Parts: sequence; structure tokens; C-alpha cells
Amino acid sequence: MAFVTANWNPLGEAFYRKVELYDMSWKLKESLREYLIAAAPYGGPIALLKGYQGRSPSTRPQLEIFSASGVPMASFPWKSGLVKQLGWTVSDDLLCVQEDGTVLVYDLLGGFKRHFSMGNEVSQSQVMETKIFHSPYGTGVAILTGALRFTLATNIDDIKLKRLPEVPGLEGAPTCWAVLTQDRQSKVMVANGYHLFILDNTSCTSVTPPGLSPQASSILHMCVSFSYKYLAILTDSGHVWMGTSNLKEKISEVDTNIRNPPKQMAWHEASQQSSVVIMWDRLLLVVGECKEIIQYPLDSDSVLVPEMDGVRIINETHHELLQEVPGACEEIFKIASMAPGALLLEAHKEYEKESQKADEYLREIKEQNLLAEAVKQCVEAAGHEYEPETQKTLLRAASFGKCFLSNFPPELFISMCRDLRVLNAVRDYTVGMPLTHTQFKQMTIQVLIDRLVHRKLYPLAIEVCRYLKTPEYQGVSRVLKHWACYKVQQKEESDEVIAKTVNMRLADASGISYSEIATKAYESGRTELAIKLLEYEPRSGEQVPLLLKMKKSPLALSKAIESGDTDLVYTVVMYLKNELNRGDFFMMLRNQPVALSLYRQFCKHQELNTLMDLFNQDDNHQELGNYYVKASYNEPRLEARVALLQSSVDEFNKAKNEFAAKATEEEMRLLRFQRKLEEAKGEPLLGFSLHDTITALLSVGLHKHAEQLYKDFRVSDKRFWWLKLKALAEKGDWDELEKFAKSKKSPIGYLPFVEVCIKHQNKHEARKYVSRVTPEQKVKAHLAVGDLQSATEAAIERRNESEINTVLSRCSATTDVILVERLNRAKATAAKK
Amino acid sequence: MASHLSYSRVNLNILREAARKDLREFLDKCSGSKAIVWDEYLTGPFGLIAQYSLLKEHEVEKMFTLKGGHIPSAAVKNIVFFVRPRLELMDIIAENIARFNYIHSHLCNLYIQNKCEDKLQPPRDFHILFVPRRSLLCEQRLKEKGVLNSFTNIDEYILDLIPYDSDLLSMESENSFRECYLENDQTSLYHTAKGLMTLQALYGTIPQIFGKGECARHVANMMLRMKREFAGTLIPTLPVFDTLLLLDRNVDLLTPLATQLTYEGLIDEVYGITNGYVKLPPEKFAQKKQEEGGKDLPTEPKKLPLNSAEELYAEIRDKNFNAVGAALSKKAKIISAAFEERHNAKTVGEIKQFVSQLPHMQAARSSLANHTSIAELVKDITSKSKKQSYLFIFVSRNSRSVILNSVLMQTSEVFFENLTVEQEFMTGVDTDKVCTYIEDCIAQKDPLIKILRLVCMQSVCNNGLKQKLLDYYKREIIQTYGYEHILTLNNLEKVGLLKPQSTMRNNYPTIRKTLKLWMEDTNEQACGFNPNDISYVYSGYAPLSVRLTQLLARPGWRSIEEVLKMLPGPHFEERQQLPAGLHKKRQPGENRTTLVFFLGGVTYAEIAALRFLSQMEDGGTEYIIATTKLINGTSWIKSLMDHPEAPLF
Repeated sequence: MAFVTANWNPLGEAFYRKVELYDMSWKLKESLREYLIAAAPYGGPIALLKGYQGRSPSTRPQLEIFSASGVPMASFPWKSGLVKQLGWTVSDDLLCVQEDGTVLVYDLLGGFKRHFSMGNEVSQSQVMETKIFHSPYGTGVAILTGALRFTLATNIDDIKLKRLPEVPGLEGAPTCWAVLTQDRQSKVMVANGYHLFILDNTSCTSVTPPGLSPQASSILHMCVSFSYKYLAILTDSGHVWMGTSNLKEKISEVDTNIRNPPKQMAWHEASQQSSVVIMWDRLLLVVGECKEIIQYPLDSDSVLVPEMDGVRIINETHHELLQEVPGACEEIFKIASMAPGALLLEAHKEYEKESQKADEYLREIKEQNLLAEAVKQCVEAAGHEYEPETQKTLLRAASFGKCFLSNFPPELFISMCRDLRVLNAVRDYTVGMPLTHTQFKQMTIQVLIDRLVHRKLYPLAIEVCRYLKTPEYQGVSRVLKHWACYKVQQKEESDEVIAKTVNMRLADASGISYSEIATKAYESGRTELAIKLLEYEPRSGEQVPLLLKMKKSPLALSKAIESGDTDLVYTVVMYLKNELNRGDFFMMLRNQPVALSLYRQFCKHQELNTLMDLFNQDDNHQELGNYYVKASYNEPRLEARVALLQSSVDEFNKAKNEFAAKATEEEMRLLRFQRKLEEAKGEPLLGFSLHDTITALLSVGLHKHAEQLYKDFRVSDKRFWWLKLKALAEKGDWDELEKFAKSKKSPIGYLPFVEVCIKHQNKHEARKYVSRVTPEQKVKAHLAVGDLQSATEAAIERRNESEINTVLSRCSATTDVILVERLNRAKATAAKK
Repeated sequence: MASHLSYSRVNLNILREAARKDLREFLDKCSGSKAIVWDEYLTGPFGLIAQYSLLKEHEVEKMFTLKGGHIPSAAVKNIVFFVRPRLELMDIIAENIARFNYIHSHLCNLYIQNKCEDKLQPPRDFHILFVPRRSLLCEQRLKEKGVLNSFTNIDEYILDLIPYDSDLLSMESENSFRECYLENDQTSLYHTAKGLMTLQALYGTIPQIFGKGECARHVANMMLRMKREFAGTLIPTLPVFDTLLLLDRNVDLLTPLATQLTYEGLIDEVYGITNGYVKLPPEKFAQKKQEEGGKDLPTEPKKLPLNSAEELYAEIRDKNFNAVGAALSKKAKIISAAFEERHNAKTVGEIKQFVSQLPHMQAARSSLANHTSIAELVKDITSKSKKQSYLFIFVSRNSRSVILNSVLMQTSEVFFENLTVEQEFMTGVDTDKVCTYIEDCIAQKDPLIKILRLVCMQSVCNNGLKQKLLDYYKREIIQTYGYEHILTLNNLEKVGLLKPQSTMRNNYPTIRKTLKLWMEDTNEQACGFNPNDISYVYSGYAPLSVRLTQLLARPGWRSIEEVLKMLPGPHFEERQQLPAGLHKKRQPGENRTTLVFFLGGVTYAEIAALRFLSQMEDGGTEYIIATTKLINGTSWIKSLMDHPEAPLF
């Protein structure tokens, strides 16, 4: 503990430290300089390609992939063309850029994934230099060709090649260049001697960094910071210019007194004292903005890996992290620090020693009201420490301090404990991911799990998910899915075994998409396995697209139906319609009533003819009949209409629907009758119902014809009487009405006569019929013609209470006093009975 | 604006807010000014979610109705189509876009030739929003028409269950019954299941599911499957609902056929309530200005919202219409008494308090005026006798005094006779004979839907009609109303509303007796004023669907196994596992909450009956109602017709 500050070096106001991450477990046969190297940021893997240059083509170079701790993950002889550059994508894929501009993509276990080309122009003029860069849009590749032109792809997952404009005056390779992302665009900064240019899609702009010391005649090296915000330039006068990458502001300029070109430069963006780390063969300089420099001698070839919060240094035997000491750590561990965190740590130490000094320290913090601050510092510092022992000491101190606070929120402490447990697990050299807490927070737990999955560390990934209580579908289930996708590609096991194992493991996990796994199986040529796996898929809908792809259409159809999603059923049906011949298509539908009725709906709106075929196939005569009926209404010509109706009669007969057949025949007869009469009398009748036809005939006085229809179509007497009554009243043909009333005994009684007359305001006519009304309806009839007197008589005579009431309600208390009295008396006697 | 949604036990405003959030998110996705082209059918349901003001806030500047030909020109950046996933609509959209592109390119050329590039309008961004779900079939159609690539955004707006009132959800899916039972197209059931999943995501898993009917079974199956599918993606929430009851409309075909006799039900029967609004003849709502004599009456129908946001309406909507007059006059007395208070207000403090209550009182007064008018309108149609009807106490807007306004009611015997026949059928009187009233109505060519409602009712109450009788009615109908109705009759037979009697015994009387569907004794005193049974909503008839719901809560369906077997479709019970720790600990005396879902529609009277059950003191269960669509006999029969016709009254 006392030695925490042993590896600290002051730089301006701040301190820098170099933390040992790993003893590299790789056994390299040669010096690192013999290799082409690419190390991924965020503690990612390291790829090495030995003997990549100047060897005879017969000796195959070896491509090796290691974890950051030097544990071998893959190794295979390189069989393709000459590799100019290696690099890692944001999703842990290895990019190998060949001289001819082809980029090969491997996963981090050495599996070939795909390749793509950087375009004709590149392959013709060959790759001279390459840089692989990361931006918010993904991983990009920038190439300088033999023709001294730059070609750029911003995102290798969505390749859009951009050829940048020419750099004026460039005759040989530029002294140095870098890619930066500005204004949502990737640009290239090129130095040609002392001149600096920025290339974007359309233009090449000459630029000068503000305040660059004039002694220099050439720019030797440049580097852009992790965030693309800052730029550092090293000139042949030994000066390092530091400024913003938009070249608007100079931050500092420092003389290193070294005029050799360096091997590598990296920015370290820090909270207090940012710096540029420059590496020569045996020397490493940390050049601070404050113009101070820290020197580290190097004993062997090294590689710098810039990170967001430091620079990693890898050499043949060691792996270190160089970074500014984080604020909280500095506060606590700085010698003679009186920061609250430092005091709390001290207090806790004394407490462990069972010394009363603990209380003194604690009081001192509490008096300043800084205990909460102290706890926070300790927790934060623990996050930045690499040694579990140091972490524990700090966390214990924090926990101790927390006891004296009444309402300190526990989340901070708890989540730090959790994070550290996970971080320590992945930092273990067997896993080899030296993530800092800051990096971990930046990359998120999701990405960390992805990385573990890429390394096929499924059990660890699941443990992490469970431990961090990640929601199942984002955590455990997702890991299991990846595992299963990997599993189904293992060719040596039988379909049965794999399907069983997969299902066993995945049984309890929720939200698993078996169809994704099945797709993977199908893609690796295992259709049978895919079908087996699909059976476990709870989402029937998800199964459908893959089943269609595998040409298992009957199964796809039944799964679509099972899902209940009718749109999906339609999709399959339409697919089948195009895929199968009509006969087979209909047969398949026939076995799936749900699909069939949906398809019928579709046809009803879109393809009427097909609808008919469908009904024909099913011998559905009733529906065929209906179909012809509907069709007949679209037919303006009578003959065609009748013909269609005849077809429906035939169908209705076949369907044994006697009623419909007869009704249709009647309609045909009616239509013919209407036509005949229209021609003879010029009355428009066609399309009227029988009822309306008769009414129309009566209203124009064609009584005989009306009579004929009445007889021919066996219209019920009641209806005919009503009809004629209303028609005649409408017409005001009162004589005819009277004649009609007398023609024979009315089947509807005579009250309707009274009422209809009244409705047409003909009280006089109405009275004629009152006498013929049956006794039961007499009261109503009298009331209808407004004869209160007679109504009263009738009601009293019938001794019917409700009728008496009805009459009463129509009597006015002032004018009909006598009647009211009589009625009330009668009511009383009626009630007595 | 929608605060009334949060009044009830279950805060349905959460659902509405969720829907609004989705809408805003979509609108913001199309940045810049926009015009919405509406599938006309959707405007009503959307009105329940968001007013124009919300759209305006998100830069919606114009709204059009989707139709063939050109899109009206509008100087906006985005054109957004809000449509149901229907092929015929896709064709219209494709035509719109093709024309737009043609004209646009034409104009461009013209301007470029004439060197007036400055006049060039920028091309529009097209977007399409499918409601409630996007459809591969439709996208395929757009692709075939070559316009799929013209769309910047193709999205879906999942709008299944729309909060309609504080205890009512509706999918506003007009043809759901027709699709499910006539056309065997179960799309709406899929949406139902999806909607219930959304509901469960917001309000927690519903532990118990009961159901009766084929469609109910299908929905329950889909829900259980979806539960497995979504497993793990749902955030566990404490369940709000204890039980879900799924009921097929075809389990109870009778209830919607009967004329509803609650206040709200009658408004719906007479004027029709659409998407929570009713349109009324304006005469009765004319401002009463004595001097001018009210000569110039408004001609536009008066459109009023009907929901529980209005205190008075919430109070009277579910009453039997007979009791509404009394309730209104009581209310009038209270209000006028409240206004009289001002004479007693002596101190400044008292006056201040009085003034603070004024807005509320004035709202109550205008609400009273509105409902008095509506009640008068309804009364004109339904009043039983020719005597002077209830005295409505009417608070006039202008005069400060309370005027006693006696309203002489017009008679309508038609309504009364119709009701008598309905009640005869429901009590099983002469259901196997030709009904002279129906005969007379046909002979007089009364509206067809009225006839169909009655004939269907007779058939349902007799468990089918004798073939001869059925054929007789059918023949009468065809001869009177026209041959084309043979299709409608065929449809009614397919869904079971009309059927020939099979050899089986008529089981309706057994059902009626076991379930106590007819409550003779409660009739007069109870139906109107102090009901003690749900039968008050139909003045004697207790809706079968609600009776089933009631019996499920107590004593349970096991007691009526026999009757359940007589009704169509399976009945079932499912349990959904709750995550540990989410089991509700019920306080003693705390009510259970049941969601009753009517597949194929529900009437206002049924809702009233369920609300009545919720309010019963010893009921023990509160009901939230969900449905595919709010229906009444007329709208229901109309949806089954192939040639719709004028409404009933």
C-alpha cells in the first residue's frame, strides 16, 4: 500500500503512472520489429503477422492472434497475398489489407468471414500505406495508393468508396498522414515536407497550424487524439506542436531536443494534464502541455496502443498502461494529502489497528462536513486501481465511512463493487481484457458481453449477466443464442444430438429466438437441423420466413396460421400462389380452411374470377349461387341479368336450397314482367321489388296488372290490402278506396282504413270506416277521428280499464267535464270487478 | 382534456398517454412541416387519442382525406399517409404518388427550360403510417406499383385498444363481428390479442382468463402463445386486473337485438353514437332568446361529446330512461338552490367562495340544459302514452329564475308496440308462430332493419324457426324490400341470427329460466328508480352476457355448466403464472377487478349493466369493459347486410 505512488511521475501539476497489466505469456521467437502488429483498443486482441515483408513467396508467413495478455487465440499460415496492414474493427474482427487493395475479414479466432475490395483504382496502383480508423459510423479504411491518391471507406459494413482529391506537389510518399473525423465526415491530413493539407470529399485545402515554430523544414509525424479533438505534430526541429485538430487553437509547443523521426506517437487526453506520448527505438517521452517531459527508457521494441484514458505499451515481455493518475487516486494517495478520502483511508487503517486515532481522523472529516465526499473519493479511486488488494482497501474504507452517514445513497458503492468484480474477472490473464473502469463504462455492459461472446467465453458471459442482473433477453438469453449459433455449426455432431443439447440448455431461458439459430444452421447447410430447431421456436411468425426460404411451404403456411397473424398468412398464401401451379395451390388451401377463407376475402376484393373457381372446386353451390346473384346486379342488360340469375337457380338447386331457387325464379319472372310492362306502358319499373312494383302500378291506375301480380306471385292478402290501401290513399283516390273496402271483408280489419285516411288528413273519409271496425278496436278508431263522445261510449260499454284510461288521457279537464266524470265512474266500476 | 380517463379504479389515461407518445415520436421522425392524408375511417378513432392541437404542435399544417387522383397541393416538406393496411387503399396511395411524381418532374423540366429554377419546389418526403399494424401484403402491393421506394418512412402505429371512457376500451373496429363470424377472417382477433398484450405490458399480467366461445378460445390461445414469445421482454408490473373474461358476441346474440332502454342506450338507438360523439337535430339547442323569437334556427346538426367527463351525464347515462326525468329535475333543483346561495352570501369571504364555484355551476347548468333537450328529443320517440309527461324543470340560460317548463310529449305508439313484441319474444310468448306485428310492419314497409331485428329476435328466442315460418318471413321480406336482400338473409343465416329449427328442443326457455333472464317482479318499481338487478337496463330483460359475467364472479360457472353447454362454443379457464413477488395481497374488503372483453361488440345497455354490478355494495367486483366496437342492433345488423339501408327510427 505504501508503494502506490512508487510508479508515479509528476508532470506539471499532475502525476503520471505506469501500471503493469500483464507479463506477456506469449513466447515470441523474434523481436517485435519483425512483425506486422495490430492491437485493438479497449484492451482488445493483438494480431501479429511474422515475416510479412521481403521474404520469398515460398515461405508462408504465420498469422497469430493473441489476447492482450499474450494468450494465443488463433494461429494459421497466411496463404493470400501480401499484407500491408492489419487492423481491428469495433466488433472484434481482424482486417487484413493486402497490397492489391483486397481486405480480408477474419473473426478473432481466425475464422474467415468475408472479403471486400477497395476498388479498381487501388488494385491497379497498389496499396502503399493504409490506416484503419474508428468513427461513430463504424470502422473505416484509408488507403494511400502507389499513384499517391487516397481512397477512403468510412464504414466497412456499408462500403461507399471515396476517392479523395489529389494533393498538389506530392511527388513521393508523404512524410506522414492521419485520418480524422470532423463535421460528420472523415478527412485525411497529409504532410508533405513542411506543407500540411486537409483532404475531404471534394477539396484539398492547404493549412498551417497556428504558431508552428518556423525552424522546422519538415513534419516528421503526426497523431490525432482518441476523440479526434486534438492533433500533435512533430517536426524535424524536434518540436512537438499540440493543438486542436481543427487547427484553430494552439495548446502548446515543446522542444524535445530529438530530431530523429519517432516510431509512434499517441495522444493521451487527460483531465488535468494532457500529453503526447512519443516513442523512439529505446526511448519513450511523455510531453505534457505544461512543456514538462517525462522520460522512460525502453529495453525492447514496443507498440503504443492509444486508449481513451491512457496509452498501453506492449513489448515482448510486458504489457503496461501509461496514464495520468486519476483525480481521486491522486487526492487519496498523494504524499501528505489532507483530502477527505485520504483521511478516511487513514482513519480506517487506524480502526483496523484498533487505535483511537481512527476517531480523530473521522472527526476531522466530519467537522468539515466532507465525509460523503470522502466516501465518494474512496469508491471512485477503487474503480481506478488495478490491484484487487488496493481496491478492497479503498472499498473497505468507503464502507467504514458510510457507517457514519445516515442517508448516503448505496447505489454508488454497490455498483462499483459489482463493476470491479466483473472487471477483475475479465482482466484475469486467461481472459486478457485489461479494461479500465472508465473504458468499461464507455463501452457498456452490452458490448462487454458481446466481446466475451466473440471469444466464445459463454460461461463467463452468462455469469456476468446473472451477476449484473442484466434483463434476460439482453443478457443470458442473448449469450445462449450465440452459443447455440456456434453449436449448430459444429459438423461432427449429429442433428439429433445438437438439437437436443441446444434445447436443453435454452429451455429455461426466455426470449430466445430459435429461428435465428435455425437460420444459422440452414446457412451452414443443415436444413434438417434447422427444421428441428424451428420446432422449438415459440414465435410461429418468426418461423415463417425461414421455412419459406427452405421451401417448406406447407409447414410455413400452418405456422403462419398458428401465429394468428393474418398478414403473415396472406404473405405465405401470395408466395404459394406464385410458386405453385393453380391446382396444387388450391389443393393446399383446401387443407387449410383459415388460409382459404382469407384468400377468399382477398379474391372478393381483388380477383372475382378466382373466387368463382374456388367455390367451384369446393362444390360450394350455395356460394356460387350468391356469386351469380351479386354478379347479376352489375349487369345492365336484362338478358344477361336473367341469364346469370338462371345460373344461380341451377346452383341453388344443386345446393338443395329450394327457397333461394324459387325466390330467384320469381325474381326472373318479375324482371320479365317489369320489362314487358315498361315496353307496353312506359312506366319505369325495372329493379323495383314486387311490393314497389304493385304500388307503382296502382298509383298509375293499372289495377288489373297489379291484381295480376298479386295473384301470380301469391302475395298474402293482408299485405296486398295494406299495400293497396296505402297506394290509393297516397293517390287520394277515395272512391276507389271505398270500392276496395267493400269488395270483400278486409283481412286487416278496418282500423287501418281509418288511420290511413286520418294520416292523409281526410277525416271525412275516415269516418266512413269507423262503423266497420271490430269492437276491440272501436275506441281507437273513434279517437283517431277525434270523436271523444263515441270513444267514451265504446270504452264504457267494453268496461275496459286501460281503454278508459286512454280516452281519459285525451280528454281535457276543462272542456270535457261530463265525459271525464262518466269515464271515471265507469273506471271505478271496472276496477271493482 | 382526458382527465376523466383516470377517474376509475384502473387509470386508462396511462394507455392513452402511451399511445400519444408513440404518435409524437412518429411525427417527430418526419422532421419539418407536414400534411396528413387520412384514411377517413381512422379520423374518429384518432380523435379519442389526440386532438388537432397535438398534431399542430408537431408541425402538421394540413389534413386531407385519402382519395384517388391528386393530392391537394400544400407547401409542406412531408406528406404522411395514415392508413389501415388495406390493398384498396394502397392502390389509391400509389396513384397519388405516381401523379405527384409525374407532375413534379414535369414542372421541374418546365422551370428549368424557362430558367426559373427559383420557383422549383423541393420534392416532398412521403411517409406511411399503418394503423394498427404494418403489413407485408400491402408493402408488396406498393412495391408492385413501383412506389415503395418513394417512402422515407414506413412505420406502424399500434392502436388496438383505444381508451373510450374511464372504464371502457374499444378497438373501434366496425366490421369485427362480420369478419369473424361471417367471413372467417380473424384479423381483428389477432389485433385483440396484441392489444391485450399491450395492456398487460402496462397493467401487469392478468392471472386468470375465462372465456366462452370459439373466438374467445382463439384469442386466449394467441395470448398464451404471445406470452411465451414475449417472455423476458416484459417488465414485471403488479397486476391491476385480477381476471379477464372473453365473451363471444355469438354466445349472446339476443341482447343487441333488443332495444336498449338506458338513457345512453336510447340516445344510441335513436341517433347513434360514433366515436364518443352524437349528432343531434339542432332545433332544441337553439339559444332561447325571447325577444327575437328564435327565428333563425341553426341547421347544422349539434355535435356533443358523451363521456364521463361530464358529471351530470356520468350520473344519468346508465339509468333506465324512465328515471332520467326525475334525476334531471332533482339536479335542476340542486343547481338552482346553488345559485340561490348567492343571496345568503353576505361576507366578502362567502361571496368570494360563491364566485369561485361559479364556473363549475355554470358548466353544470349548461350540461343540464343540454341533457334536458336530449331527453326531450328521445322522449318524443319513446313516450308511452298521450298524457302529459314529466315536468322538466328547465334552467334557462338568460333568465336568472327557474322556469317550470312542462313539456308536452308527442306520442310514438310505434316504439311502444315494437317494445311489447320484443318483450313477448324474450319471455317466450308465441315465438313459434307468425307474428302479426311483424307481418303488419312488413306490409307497411317499415324500415328493413327493424324487421330484421325482430325476425332475428324471434328466431333466437325460439332457437330457430320452423322452416315454413322462416321461408314465409324471407319471402315476405324479399317481395317487399327487393330480391337483393336474399344475400343479407343468407348472411344472417350464416352467423346464426336466423336459422331453421333443428330437431333439437328449443332450449331458450331453459336458458332464460336458469339464468333468470326475465325478471317479472322487478318490472315497474325497480326498472326505473331503484334497480336491484341488471334487468333494469332492458326493463325486465337481463342481458345474457352480463348475467354470465355476474355468475362468474359469484358463485362461479360451475353452477351453470348445463346452460353453458347449451350456448355455442367452448368455455374455459386459463391461469397465467405471475413472476414471484407480484401476487397481489388483497386488503379485506378490496374489490376484485375484472376486464370483460366482448368480441364482436357490446351495447351501451350491457355496459350500463356491468357498471351497475360494479357499484353494487356487496358486489365485490369492479368491471372494466373492452370491446371490438360499440354496437346497437341497428348498426350490428347493418354491418351484416350486403346492401345497407336507412336507420331504424
